[in-house]
Parts: sequence; structure tokens; C-alpha cells
Amino acid sequence: MAKKGWDEFEIGAMLRSFDGKIDDIAGTRQEDRDYSENSSYTASVADWRLIKPVFNKDYCIDCQFCWVYCPDVSIISRDKKMIGIDMDHCKGCGICVEVCPTNPKSLLMFPEQEEEEAAIASWPAKNEEK
Amino acid sequence: MSEMKKIKNLKEFSTSADRFEGANLLCPGCAHSIIVREVLNATNDDLVLSASTGCLEVCTAVYPYTSWDASWIHIGFENGSTAVAGAEAMYKALKTKGRLKQPDRNPKFVSFAGDGASYDIGFQWISGCMERGHNMMHIVLDNEVYANTGGQRSSSTPIGASATTSPAGRISYGEKRNKKDMVSIMASHHIPYSAQVSPNKWKDMVKKIQHGFAVDGPVFINAASPCTTEWKFDPKDTMTIADLATDSLVFPLYEIIDGRELNITYRPKNIVPVEDYLAAQGRFKHLFKDQYKYLIKEWQERIDDNWAYLQRREEAKV
Ligand SMILES: Cc1ncc(C[n+]2csc(CCOP(=O)(O)OP(=O)(O)O)c2C)c(N)n1
Ligand code: SF4
Ligand SMILES: [Mg+2]
Repeated sequence: MAKKGWDEFEIGAMLRSFDGKIDDIAGTRQEDRDYSENSSYTASVADWRLIKPVFNKDYCIDCQFCWVYCPDVSIISRDKKMIGIDMDHCKGCGICVEVCPTNPKSLLMFPEQEEEEAAIASWPAKNEEK
Repeated sequence: MSEMKKIKNLKEFSTSADRFEGANLLCPGCAHSIIVREVLNATNDDLVLSASTGCLEVCTAVYPYTSWDASWIHIGFENGSTAVAGAEAMYKALKTKGRLKQPDRNPKFVSFAGDGASYDIGFQWISGCMERGHNMMHIVLDNEVYANTGGQRSSSTPIGASATTSPAGRISYGEKRNKKDMVSIMASHHIPYSAQVSPNKWKDMVKKIQHGFAVDGPVFINAASPCTTEWKFDPKDTMTIADLATDSLVFPLYEIIDGRELNITYRPKNIVPVEDYLAAQGRFKHLFKDQYKYLIKEWQERIDDNWAYLQRREEAKV
């Protein structure tokens, strides 16, 4: 959205997260919300990343550790299933990979420019030492 | 009272619809937002929130954006707690006068603040809120430093940590004063509930936050918040550091009921040496030089002593 100059700010600014009315926010999923352009949900921090997480659903056990420990609300879980990563809001911190308990991991960090298929194709095998 | 949200396990918890948004400007791997998500997702009730000046506030309300999907107010550094107390007092007054349009919605009033804003600069404001008996929760995001202004020491900074105003070097090992025991100070206001939490123990966190929402009166929560930038560790390691903090008992998890009854809520199966916790963070790097190594032993003794003290209190129910 168009940024305002420092001298154009309103004193005591009030920002609305949504356009219109939502009666039950806690019961409305993000995809069904009517975000306003003032919500940071409509912004992106994708350009912060140098490395990115790639999700390999073949090994995922839907434990939801990545969901609860993601600082950036970027693990998308629906109906108790991990279904993917919100790449507009992921900053590439790598916490999800650290907390993933499967062997091999279901999430791994790759260089930002790596193609997803290539990343999945290079996935390591089970580590027998563990 | 509104019904408590049922959260039996992590799968059930993951069906929560977050009311905190990404594309905030907190550092990658910052624990502040992990704590905020666990707190907000612990309830389905309406929320009236505040944040005192500090990383959380600065990074989630960068005009023209907000990362909050709830009523949220920011005034200053010291008075986030009183902002929420004011809203709560108004809510009570309107309810008594029968002027609320939806009197059955039972909003929860929560103020978030850093350790600088809570242990030092907003101290008397929080004390006032606790003493006046507001139906609110004050949560400290305790990263043991003034992170947002570049890492000055606060009265929560522990002994031996290097901070920009207490730097370690040839003649100093960094911070010299002991961390303030804020949970005990707040419990001494005889509030119904005070507790220490850590984001790695999400279940303990949710249980305590739900308990805090259920009681009538002020609640104080101190949340360990590992700071990748000021504690100097890799962003991916935030939860590893939090695990070391709780399992070395540097951040023991406990609660105090009515200021009188202490319960330990987490006993690590394998207690980790404090040295491992210190070694994982750049802010304690200098303690491993021969000159300052004696401090590591002192650290361990201090933590052992505190753990013994907490256990004595639990046993004696005081
Ligand atoms: C009265 C006042 N004093 C000082 C400041 C400058 N200031 C802004 S944020 C900040 C540090 C906040 O530290 P803390 O409360 O621990 O939160 P953190 O950033 O560590 O999360 C300071 C000193 C201010 N905004 N207002
Ligand atoms: S400086 Fe620390 S507390 Fe502040 S945003 Fe960064 S990691 Fe979080
Ligand atoms: Mg701080």
C-alpha cells in the first residue's frame, strides 16, 4: 500500500485489521477473513530469506511441533494436518527444521533459489545412527 | 464465565485460528511471537491487549500496518499495564450500568511488556495494577535485556552476561548484579495467580494462561524469551536454548497461588549442567576464559540453591 510521509501521520492513529465486521475471529480461518490493507497479513517478508524451509510430506507425522513453535505463523495446519508453508510470511529462521522429530526430517533448509522438486529429490535417507 | 477452550494435545491446539499475523518485523527466530501465539491461542474469547514500548510493540505496529487481529493499544514504555487496567475498569463500569451491547462476551485483558518495561521502568504501574485488583493479566517477555534499543542491561540481566552497558572485557565479566525475582515480588501483592513459563513447554504455558484467565483478579506471568540477537545464538536454535533454560533450571517453571502456595510445574528428567546453557550463548562466551571460569561454578551453585529453595517452599506450601 502507499506509504505515508512522517509528517502525514494522524495523531493517535487507529488501524483496522479487517474490512467490515467479523463476529467470531477465533472461529474464522485466515483464508476466510476479510483482511484490510492495514493488516501485516497483506504484507510480505519473503525477501528477508537467504535460506528457506522445504516440506516433504512423505515423512510428516502431523505432530504439529513446527506449527506451535513457528514465530511467524507460517506453518499452515488445517484439520490437524500440516499442509504447507506460507512463504510470504516465513523469514527462514529454521526453527521448524530443528523441532521436527521425524527421521529423516520432514522439513529441511535449502538455498532460497533451489527448486522444490530438486530439493525433494535430494532428500537424505533415514539416519540409522539415531 | 465463558467456557474454557479445550486443548488436550498439540493436534487439537493446532486447530486454533491465530489472531497474530506474520510479516511483523521481529527478528527471524524471535521468541516473543512464539509466546504471544501460545497465549492468544489459549482462548477463543475476545481480547483487549496492550504492548509497552519494546521489540514486540515496535515490530508489530509499524505504521501503516498492524499484526494484531484484536483490540490492541500502545501508549508508552511504562504504562502498557495501566492502559489495559483502564480498559478493564471501563468495561466493568459499563457492564454494571447495563450499557454493554454484548454483555456476555467476557473479553480477556492482557498487557505484554518486556523485562525493561516491567522490572524497571513500568514497575510501579504494574504494582498499582496488581494492588488495585484489576481483572487482567500482565505478561513479561523476559529476554533479560533492553533488546529494542541495542542491548542495555536491565534488572533482569543475569550475572556475567555481557550487555552494552555492562560489557565484558579484560577487567570486567559483564553484569554484576543478580536478576530481580519479579515473580516473588508480584506474588507478594497477594494476587490470585503468578507463574513463570517458557515457550518450549507449550502445554504448561497453555495450562497456566487458561488458569490465569479463569481466576478473578490480577495475574502476573514471567515468560522466558530467548533473544537470538542479544543472547547471540543462531535463529534456528531458539527452542534449543529454551530447552536448555528450563532443563538446567535457570528458568524453573512454577506457579504461586494467592501469593502463598508455590507449586513446581515441571521437573526435568535429566537436569542439564548450567554450563551447557551458558556455553550455547555468545553473551556468556567470556566466562569460559580461565580468568572468569570460577563464575560458572558460582552460577551452578546459585541455580542449585534456588531449586532447593523452590522445593522447600513447595513442600511447606508457602
Ligand atoms: C520512557 C521511555 N524510556 C526509554 C525509551 C526507549 N526504549 C524504547 S524500547 C526500549 C527497550 C525495551 O526493552 P524491554 O522492555 O526489555 O523490551 P524488549 O525490547 O527487550 O523486548 C527502550 C529503552 C522509551 N521509549 N520510553
Ligand atoms: S532483538 Fe531479540 S527480542 Fe528483539 S526482535 Fe530481535 S530476537 Fe526478538
Ligand atoms: Mg527485554
